[in-house]
Amino acid sequence: MKKVLEGSRAVAEAVKVCRPNVISAYPITPQTHIVENLSQMVADGDLKSEFINVESEFAAASVILGASVTGARTYSTTTSQGLLLMLEVLFNIAGLRLPVSITCANRSVSAPINIWNDHQDAMTIRDSGWIQLYAEDCQEAADMQIQAYKIGENPEISLPVMVNMDGFILTHAFEPVELIDPQMADKFLPTYKPNRYLTTKDPMTFGILAEPAYYMETRYRLVQAVDAAKSVIEEVANEFNQMFGRYSGGLVDKYRLEGAKTALVGMGSVVGTMREVVDELRDKGQNVGLLKVRAFRPFPKEAIFDALKDVDTIIVFEKALSLGWGGILLNEIKTVFYGKRKLPRLCGFLVGLGGRDIPNQSIIDAVKKAESETVEDQFVDLRTELIGIGE
Amino acid sequence: MEKEESTMDKKVATKKKEPIVESQVAPGHRACAGCGELLAARLVMDAAGKNVIATCATGCLEVVSSAYPQSAWKMPWIHSLFENPAAVASGIEAALRALGREKEAFVIAQGGDGSTADIGIGCLSGMLERGHNILYVCYDNEAYMNTGVQRSGLTPFEASTSTAPSGEISWGKTTDKKPMPEIVAAHGIPYVATASVGYYADLQKKVKKALSIQGPKYIQIHCPCPLGWIHDPALTIKVAQIAVQTGLIPIFEMENGKITSVRKIIKKRPVEDYLKLQGRFRHLLKKTGGEDEIKRIQTIADHNIEKYHLM
Amino acid sequence: MPKSTRPEGIAVKPGSSKEYKTGSWRVKKPVFKHEKCNDCRICVMVCPDGVIFGEDKKYWADMEFCKGCGICAEECPVKDIEMELEVR
Repeated sequence: MKKVLEGSRAVAEAVKVCRPNVISAYPITPQTHIVENLSQMVADGDLKSEFINVESEFAAASVILGASVTGARTYSTTTSQGLLLMLEVLFNIAGLRLPVSITCANRSVSAPINIWNDHQDAMTIRDSGWIQLYAEDCQEAADMQIQAYKIGENPEISLPVMVNMDGFILTHAFEPVELIDPQMADKFLPTYKPNRYLTTKDPMTFGILAEPAYYMETRYRLVQAVDAAKSVIEEVANEFNQMFGRYSGGLVDKYRLEGAKTALVGMGSVVGTMREVVDELRDKGQNVGLLKVRAFRPFPKEAIFDALKDVDTIIVFEKALSLGWGGILLNEIKTVFYGKRKLPRLCGFLVGLGGRDIPNQSIIDAVKKAESETVEDQFVDLRTELIGIGE
Repeated sequence: MEKEESTMDKKVATKKKEPIVESQVAPGHRACAGCGELLAARLVMDAAGKNVIATCATGCLEVVSSAYPQSAWKMPWIHSLFENPAAVASGIEAALRALGREKEAFVIAQGGDGSTADIGIGCLSGMLERGHNILYVCYDNEAYMNTGVQRSGLTPFEASTSTAPSGEISWGKTTDKKPMPEIVAAHGIPYVATASVGYYADLQKKVKKALSIQGPKYIQIHCPCPLGWIHDPALTIKVAQIAVQTGLIPIFEMENGKITSVRKIIKKRPVEDYLKLQGRFRHLLKKTGGEDEIKRIQTIADHNIEKYHLM
Repeated sequence: MPKSTRPEGIAVKPGSSKEYKTGSWRVKKPVFKHEKCNDCRICVMVCPDGVIFGEDKKYWADMEFCKGCGICAEECPVKDIEMELEVR
């Protein structure tokens, strides 16, 4: 059934059909509507979940950790400062191999404080072992949520999954969304049955101290598991497609890349704008295509190479920086071509940081610039008249 | 040892003539010889019985008992982080309810004084406010022992620790213990108790009583640390008992905000009897001006005796 | 390809600490005289490692684990336990 819903509501509806046993979250703009929707569903008896209101995001993550290790399916959502506050617990969750799911309503990170969208927050956990998916629109945000549990709860994977959706741009946008039928959801996503969990029937000690003689092997196993997630992400997307009739997941998405000599690369909602730009440029006769990176972790090297191997110029548009190094996505894409016979020209732009609007023309101008210059880490639409303040 | 107290403990101890079963906290853990905290944990878990799911903060208790591939814990147990045993326990309790398994086990959260009073006080407060059915046990050995005896919020006045040491111009910690039992009780929870590993029968009684009550419960157990407090490991029980007998460590129960029981001091001991047993207070007995400082500590003890009607 | 990527090294079996024999730490050992014992079982209660067992006025410490802390000897109300320097 298709309904016009606010993105936050679409995600809440998707979470509802996943039947989480325990939900715990701390409100933070722009994720608040997700938690408020879920609280109302619980208060009305529509969602049979233990909803634990906590005193901080740190506690929220700890609560879902405790619930998950007891055998429950759990959910939380956060962003920006909240994500950073729970960082310690997120690493703990990944190390404990608990398949919890968190929606991150991507927002920039203080200071200065800014409540609007960019990807800096989610980038802070790219080293943690969490699986990270990026949604382009509200439909994908909802669909990825149910797939997230299926991916994470696979016993060979047993990893936490973060679904990223751009704060305000998607969380507060009203879009037509195909709701997932609860009975079909139950068929797609059966009850969570972990192999080991806290129970008096089979007592185990979790969270052990691993001395130097043992630690490296746990990390090695974690590497293997995160890598194995690549194929599982694809499998689950195919299963989802079979059951619900749309391919709304997987590692990457290609748009008009056939025969393209220039490829634009992006993640999240900006891809929607980039699709329109590709159409406009194609109409003008330019040989341009688009690659959407859906799964950022595990980084789909092989899939990206496969999609872009015949392209001459790659232009990355991204929303996060590694200060002191450069654009994060740009630099990761560069490594895809390391050691390969053909090295395409790689350009990178930073767009929409702190929620700045990204008009189609800005992307078009950037593409034009990249034709003649190999630019990297260039800020799109920089207001030069403002630079000089504080110098 | 006071005759009165030994008779009482003897009476309770002699009731049991059943065969001695192995503890719920198995031997082979790496606690120091004479460790007060491990003794307390063992007494807590044996009083609680087999149906327990426990969380534990990072600290001595966790490190000595859960080094891969060995674990001293016979019940399902999880260590997550330093500051979150209360929050993790909240999640466990919520999951048990959600999965229809509330009757399966008692949920016990454990932390040292560092976790409870300092870095984890936020999570503890949230757990208390939400009314979870969890027993929180604080093992108070009065410093961050596992990392090297650094001072905590529960380190007593003028104890010497590695981050607030006595020195040429310092007497040690300049403030007294954070009043954790009162802070916890102010949340309006049904049961708060202080206990001492020196009064082990009383401790076990309190654990059993707490577990019979629904809602959040808190027990703070005073545990000597032979290494950190610098005393003969054989004297762990004695040191704990004398601490109580000076009035420095009041033993009481609070139910729904009111003190309902207090362990009376039969024969009051001067604080010096307690201080002289421990190297962490040596400076008070050796340095010039120490007598004045001891008088100040005596005032703290006397104030407790008056406030809690210990005599 | 790995045979399995399932979680390992995360959880361990309960009570497996008994594989580590802390008895090797001892300098002094408790000697239970079995002369004046009155079955009070205070020694059983106060052992931090919980390794004192027995019945009917005959108690003993599990020497595989006893660390020789001396609390049992100190607390025995009838002084039926003595700490002796252990010769190995």
